[in-house]
Amino acid sequence: MNNQTTLEPSQKKSFILLRNKPFIGLLIFAVLVSFMNPRFLSASNMLNVLRQTSINAIISAGMTFVILTGGIDLSVGSILAFCGAISASLMASGQNAFLAIAVSLVIGGILGMLSGMFISYGKLQAFITTLVTMTLMRGATLVFTDGKPISIGFGDNTSLFGSIGAGNILGIPTPIYIMAVVYGVSYYVLNHTKFGRYVYAVGGNEEATKLSGINVDKVKTKVYAISGVLSALAGIVVTARLFSAQPTAGSGYELDAIAAVVLGGTSLAGGIGRITGTITGALIIGVLGNALNLLNVSSYYQLMIKALVILAAVLMDRKSKK
Amino acid sequence: MKKIITLITVLLMVVLTGCGEKKAPEAESTGRVGLVVSTLNNPFFVTLKEGAEAKANEMGMEIIILDSQNDPAKELANVEDLVVKGVDVILINPTDSDAVARAVMAANNSKIPIITLDRGANGGDVVTHIASDNVAGGKMAGEFIVEKIGKDGKVVELQGIPGTTAARDRGKGFNEAAANNITVVAQQAADFDRTKGLDVMENILQAVPEIDAVFAHNDEMALGALKAIEGSGRDILVVGFDATDDAVNAVEAGTLAATVAQQPSMIGAMGVETASKVINGETAPEFIPVELKLVTK
Repeated sequence: MNNQTTLEPSQKKSFILLRNKPFIGLLIFAVLVSFMNPRFLSASNMLNVLRQTSINAIISAGMTFVILTGGIDLSVGSILAFCGAISASLMASGQNAFLAIAVSLVIGGILGMLSGMFISYGKLQAFITTLVTMTLMRGATLVFTDGKPISIGFGDNTSLFGSIGAGNILGIPTPIYIMAVVYGVSYYVLNHTKFGRYVYAVGGNEEATKLSGINVDKVKTKVYAISGVLSALAGIVVTARLFSAQPTAGSGYELDAIAAVVLGGTSLAGGIGRITGTITGALIIGVLGNALNLLNVSSYYQLMIKALVILAAVLMDRKSKK
Repeated sequence: MKKIITLITVLLMVVLTGCGEKKAPEAESTGRVGLVVSTLNNPFFVTLKEGAEAKANEMGMEIIILDSQNDPAKELANVEDLVVKGVDVILINPTDSDAVARAVMAANNSKIPIITLDRGANGGDVVTHIASDNVAGGKMAGEFIVEKIGKDGKVVELQGIPGTTAARDRGKGFNEAAANNITVVAQQAADFDRTKGLDVMENILQAVPEIDAVFAHNDEMALGALKAIEGSGRDILVVGFDATDDAVNAVEAGTLAATVAQQPSMIGAMGVETASKVINGETAPEFIPVELKLVTK
């Protein structure tokens, strides 16, 4: 395991920087916005931002695993839409909420695993493989939903399902708890398990990892399966929030997720990065969207401002790495 | 479903030919019109076709209806068939604005005037384009809101994808109605998407303490905004656009105040009327807007 010792210093170095730089940027930005609109810092708006961030954050956690191995997953938005539609139709047909959730999580996992198998065992490029999955599953969603939204209905079973997205526990929206659990588990897996070490090792130096006897193909298949499950989870949360599944749900989410991961300081080349950085990145994107709405910035300027903030954040991170 | 629609179409055609025979002398004098519909698998276009049929019947014109089944190749073949048949005017509801250009050119070559319905053509010479007037629809929604919330009302506008014609026109009409009457306290894009409508509305609810009404450029955003408002427990009037099934249900349930509906049957009827004018040598404006109507409880 000599590659582990070589990885350790670079991880430590990036750990401190990642934890600080994007987070400091987020704080500065938050202070600026709160001066411009004092309502920004209200407790209800903070919960609002966290709830809105949760969807992207859940997907981004899976994306972090994938990007750490040096891969990419473009299919997250389509898997979100498909699994959301599956759960909605199960709910509409009067099924148990737990069954609906379990079925869509399993389908999400299988879809991710299939992409992963093509990438690892089939030696295909991650970009093109997940582009295929993305297009295929978007089509499958349109076929499945017939292009129309699926309402989860108003049966007795739906209130439990709906509470996943729209409910509160002790005054805090449920999606925030889900996000917290996803990040807690991801942190533990990446930092305290053998599998987590392998994920970093594959991204750092795939050949060396293979030579040291680790089943690289298995690790890669697993990270795409994780990404699939988390996309499905995000799909369930979105569906539960709206009480209906949209055929076009999640389009463009893959880019938000990649942006969150990169904003968090994870290298697209793999091997370097932290899950704590990703949550910061997701929060930056969430706060930005919320702030632009709060300040009533014209929609024509919003995209440009978003682009500049992402550029600034990445530049800042790059400078600090030198 | 498809079979039923085909059956209905065939039956209608039989009935129509029956009517046409009775009015044979008139039909000769007023001309033959061909109508190429993008698909008869969508209720919107079925209604458009029925409107055209009824009008042709009323005016004693002969109408030949062909279904392109959303296939541009079939559409081209349909137009070629009509050219061979020698109709006086072709009404076309394109499957796709770009793909229809070839078909339009085919008609141009044979000097048969062509009129586009609902969707335009990006090529060839078209006499006129008949479609819903989104500006008037936006204005209608704006006037409804002004009437409901009164002079000092505060309204939020949820815009569609920035830069699209629908978003631009609906917004323009709405702002004309709102100007000098009510205050637009926030204008934000939610990209015609329900999830975004929910998120953006939640943000606006945080920022703006007093909101009386919301106008969304489409029903999807309006339904998303409704969810956000329900969550906040505030009492805000929401108006959408398009009259989708979900929205009409919401209007009936009393949660959505109104939605603006297109009138496909009127688009079809206007098409036939304009065709008759063209046959009689009258000129038609480049674009003929068709009114929309407000669906309320």
